[in-house]
Amino acid sequence: MRDYLRTHQGEMRLLVVLAALTIYLGIASPIFLSAGNLASLLNNNAVNVIWAVGLLVVLIAGGIDISFAVGASVAQYLTALALISIGGGNWFFGLVFAGIFGIAIGCINAALIAGFRIISIVVTIATFNALFGLLMFMTSGKSIYDLPDWWTDRVAVASLGTGGALTLPVAGMVAAMAATWFLISRTTIGRQIYAFGDNPEGARRAGVATVKMQFIAYGWTGLMAGIGGLMQVNLAQEVVPNALIGRELDVLAAVVLGGARLGGGRGSVLGCFLGVMLVAIVQNGLNLLGVSPYAFKMLIGLTILAAISLSNFDLGALLTGGSRRRGHVDNH
Amino acid sequence: MSTITERLRRVLGPDVLGLLGLFGITVVAFGLTTPHFLSAGNFDSIGFQLPDLGLLTLAMLAPIVSGGINLAVIATANLSGLTLAWILNMNGGPQAGVVPFVIGVVAALAVGGASGAAMGVTIAYFGAHPILASLAMMIFLKGLGEFLTRGGDISGFPAFLGQLGHGVILGVPVPMLVFTAAAILWHVLLARTRHGFAVAMIGSNPRASDYSGIPVKRSLTLIYTLSGMMCAVAGILMLTEFNSVRVGHGEALLLVTVLACFLGGVDPNGGFGRVAPVFVSLLILQTLSSGLNLLGANQHLATAVWGLFLIAVMVFRYAASLRRRGLFNTIRK
Amino acid sequence: MTEPAPTPSIPAPEAIRFEHVSVRFGGVRALDDVSFSVGCGEVHCLAGENGSGKSTLIKVIAGVYQAQPGARTDYFGESVAAPTPQLARRKGVAVIWQDLALFPEMTVAENIAFDGLVGAPRLVNYRAIRETARTALAKLGVQLDLSAPLKSLPISGRQLVAIARALASDAKLVFMDEPTASLTQTETDHLLGVVRTLSASGVAVVFVSHRLAEVLDVSSRVTVLRDGRLVGVFEAEGMTQSRLTELMTGKRFDHAVTARDVGDAPVVLETSDLTRQGEYSDVNLTVRAGEVVGLIGLIGAGRTEVAHTLFGMSRANSGSIRLSGAPVAFTSNREAIAAGIGYVSEDRLALGLIQPQSIADNTVITTLKRISDASGLISEAKKSAAVAKGIGEFAIKIGLPDDAVSTLSGGNQQRVVLAKWLATSPRLLILDCPTVGVDVGARDGIYKIIRGLAERGIAILMISDEVHEVYFNSDRILHMAGGRIVAEYDPRRTSIAELERAVYA
Repeated sequence: MRDYLRTHQGEMRLLVVLAALTIYLGIASPIFLSAGNLASLLNNNAVNVIWAVGLLVVLIAGGIDISFAVGASVAQYLTALALISIGGGNWFFGLVFAGIFGIAIGCINAALIAGFRIISIVVTIATFNALFGLLMFMTSGKSIYDLPDWWTDRVAVASLGTGGALTLPVAGMVAAMAATWFLISRTTIGRQIYAFGDNPEGARRAGVATVKMQFIAYGWTGLMAGIGGLMQVNLAQEVVPNALIGRELDVLAAVVLGGARLGGGRGSVLGCFLGVMLVAIVQNGLNLLGVSPYAFKMLIGLTILAAISLSNFDLGALLTGGSRRRGHVDNH
Repeated sequence: MSTITERLRRVLGPDVLGLLGLFGITVVAFGLTTPHFLSAGNFDSIGFQLPDLGLLTLAMLAPIVSGGINLAVIATANLSGLTLAWILNMNGGPQAGVVPFVIGVVAALAVGGASGAAMGVTIAYFGAHPILASLAMMIFLKGLGEFLTRGGDISGFPAFLGQLGHGVILGVPVPMLVFTAAAILWHVLLARTRHGFAVAMIGSNPRASDYSGIPVKRSLTLIYTLSGMMCAVAGILMLTEFNSVRVGHGEALLLVTVLACFLGGVDPNGGFGRVAPVFVSLLILQTLSSGLNLLGANQHLATAVWGLFLIAVMVFRYAASLRRRGLFNTIRK
Repeated sequence: MTEPAPTPSIPAPEAIRFEHVSVRFGGVRALDDVSFSVGCGEVHCLAGENGSGKSTLIKVIAGVYQAQPGARTDYFGESVAAPTPQLARRKGVAVIWQDLALFPEMTVAENIAFDGLVGAPRLVNYRAIRETARTALAKLGVQLDLSAPLKSLPISGRQLVAIARALASDAKLVFMDEPTASLTQTETDHLLGVVRTLSASGVAVVFVSHRLAEVLDVSSRVTVLRDGRLVGVFEAEGMTQSRLTELMTGKRFDHAVTARDVGDAPVVLETSDLTRQGEYSDVNLTVRAGEVVGLIGLIGAGRTEVAHTLFGMSRANSGSIRLSGAPVAFTSNREAIAAGIGYVSEDRLALGLIQPQSIADNTVITTLKRISDASGLISEAKKSAAVAKGIGEFAIKIGLPDDAVSTLSGGNQQRVVLAKWLATSPRLLILDCPTVGVDVGARDGIYKIIRGLAERGIAILMISDEVHEVYFNSDRILHMAGGRIVAEYDPRRTSIAELERAVYA
């Protein structure tokens, strides 16, 4: 535990902020800690957490994926079409279809990145545009409302108390978090992905199969995008092709807030959860405190700006007049 | 002949000729297949559609050359547009005169510049990652706009603004003139000024630039400030074109601006990027979009084609680099 | 030049024996009939200049490159026809590259046991990882916090981790590529202690370096390569750095001491009792116009730190700096540059030049105002003229001025650095290890340029960790150790051996 505290200082800092926020809001608003409010916080943010842990793996591997929200839309739409064509299916088929479509999209990204040595932000911005354009063109922007019942039925998987039912997406979130944690912390593949993101050349020399690792990382992001898309339908009760656009940047901000490093080698599942929840709780708290909903985004933006400025701010360097820390190389 | 190409290459940069060729192919292909493609009306519509994207792409270009990125370009443009709209509305809305407009333009530029400066300070002095800093700034500015407008739009501007947004001087749409002027200004900034020189050096290696006496933090702050002001120009132009301002307006263009930069050969790692090839890549993107539009496809297909086009160009560049390396190896042998 | 007879006393049994190794890249012969052998538990030095073939030889032994047919390749008495990296590793060969190839964000334990994480996917056993790491560190006789992230360790600690990693994969022969390049004296001493421990437990260690004076003590033999050929194998006993340099370069250094007396030329730089906590203390030095002052000291002696303060990049806690008599207190290096100080960094790759950018831009980066025209814009004509002047003045061999500076050789890159600082018309140039990464053949050219600059009246402070360099090229030598200037020498009244003893002892 002591070791965990030391290697995950960012997460711990976030946890403290979150705890302080929770205590404050618990005192300031009687509703905040109610079962209903906490359950809806989890229900409404479960999909973001699923995407966040998916994106995390790519960030750890030193890449970035802007296309996962569009990927989720495509997987969602294709899954809906596939399920309808087989006469409805069930959760098993839904997971298989969404997973396969998601992984396929991730593998396209990986193939372009690893195969042609194109930097990941360029590739995923290109696939973002290509996939989104094709999806909207092929579907003419039409939504699908006539979905199998099992997909849209609210299923309570657990309860936090009266009116505090946790729905299926939360179960999906827990499963996604557990699986991602298992992958990155408990398997040698995960450790090799960390190593590759941390020092690609060192990993290559140590015999890490770097191309395979990139396929696994982007494939995992795709898988989580697909599953997140599947769960999002359960929440929204419909498949709208352009509903998820723009979520990629919110999720990215949350993941980086949670301690993942742009550039690779660092990040944790707990951090993803905390990052998403910090944004969600700030918004929820503002709502409960009666702040105008129009001010939410502005205050969230300020929160993130403050957080990144403080976490990067080196007071010591300022006091000694900007002396450089030696033996420390910044990757810009 | 070869000396002319050589000279052109020197003036325009190595990437421009290839892109111009691509542009030519696009125009000829659509000209042969699409009846109204080569009509004046179509070029006019390109002339009115290109500038918004173009100005925002310029705003994106400079930070990328500095080794960063500005994901807040759309949000900054909209907030600057709001500033102008607000000042116009305070001064009689449709009855507002030229003086409030000029004051509004100055205020809009100031707001854009201040937004960029705040982002630049976060990046240069606090060491925040540009993706994260500009992302947070985007969320903040968009939120500020939503807060101020309560999510609605502002409209009702004096009629003379329509002249700016839809007018034509000497056969050229006014927005196109504004964009061309901005592009020339940006070219001079990046290619000819000391500041532009510093930005490229910082983009390649900020620490070595610092050791050579380049004021790294100041230059970074300044380039984001200028980027914010260019966003303001885009915001002002968008206001005059649509006769209204709305917070989420043009959000779909955000990643297209990045795409246009990469298509124009801007190095995603920073240090290299020129206005001329980006200008041509914008022409290509807009031509593709207009041509597809005339063929009966919608903007979405054009978006898809843009994405696929960028992939194709990057793969081609990779293949070309392999060939160059192969050639180099044989020479060494 | 007559080669001394190689000494064939090979301790048995042998860890490796490689004979008749030749490697070709295209038409270039990287190794030509080289033989190399190391005894079990032996500490051996492999010496050679850049491009002498020593890294190629290591890569052949590590299985990365294949030798041409006809070579004998024995590992621990067993002949292996076509070694591969996996095979070499299994045989017990480990290479610690200069950049260590570690993972800064991961823990010490994972770094040490990393080789066990590669291969077929399976579950991670953190207990086994810690056990492996603990055992490896125990073999070294050092203790490190296993769960600390690697980035929290100093360079020397990371080096120990790299060695432990080699031992964790049961290495019986460890190559260390330039191991002392970034270590302080104490750290080097500690490393040598570790190497003795390894040697005593039967692990052979090969130091690969161009500067071996520090490690000669613990070594038994030295193999010297030059231009892909074996020069010979020599007893380490009685070897000196100067002798080694001769062997590596094939040139007898009939260098004369170039020291001159600048008499009462005006003092350009004068510091009194300059102190910066934790870096250097009570530094008093003067440099006169036209004088080359050599500042010799090993890494960690505080020499680069003093240079940083003189160049305005850090501030002293106490003491004063006078430039041509006037007290200065720079708040940034831009003020120092404006006052006429130039600083050639020891790290040309990361700090000296902006590698991806053009030769032209790197040449004019310090003088942007001068190449601007009246409108404030950069004038292409003035820029080309300035670039041509810089390139011409220092006879820099380039393709086109628009080529990336990274396409140049080390020597030519260093000339670009000198040109960019000369363009500022400096009165004081601080040269931090001016020939690091420059081939010996090209070094003389750099020294001539430095002497030429001094003759124009520029005051030069030449920092170095090579006795040879300061001895033959300075007017006066200051020896720095432990953050203090401990002695001053006049090359005309001191022998090089005396200086070597003082510095390396």
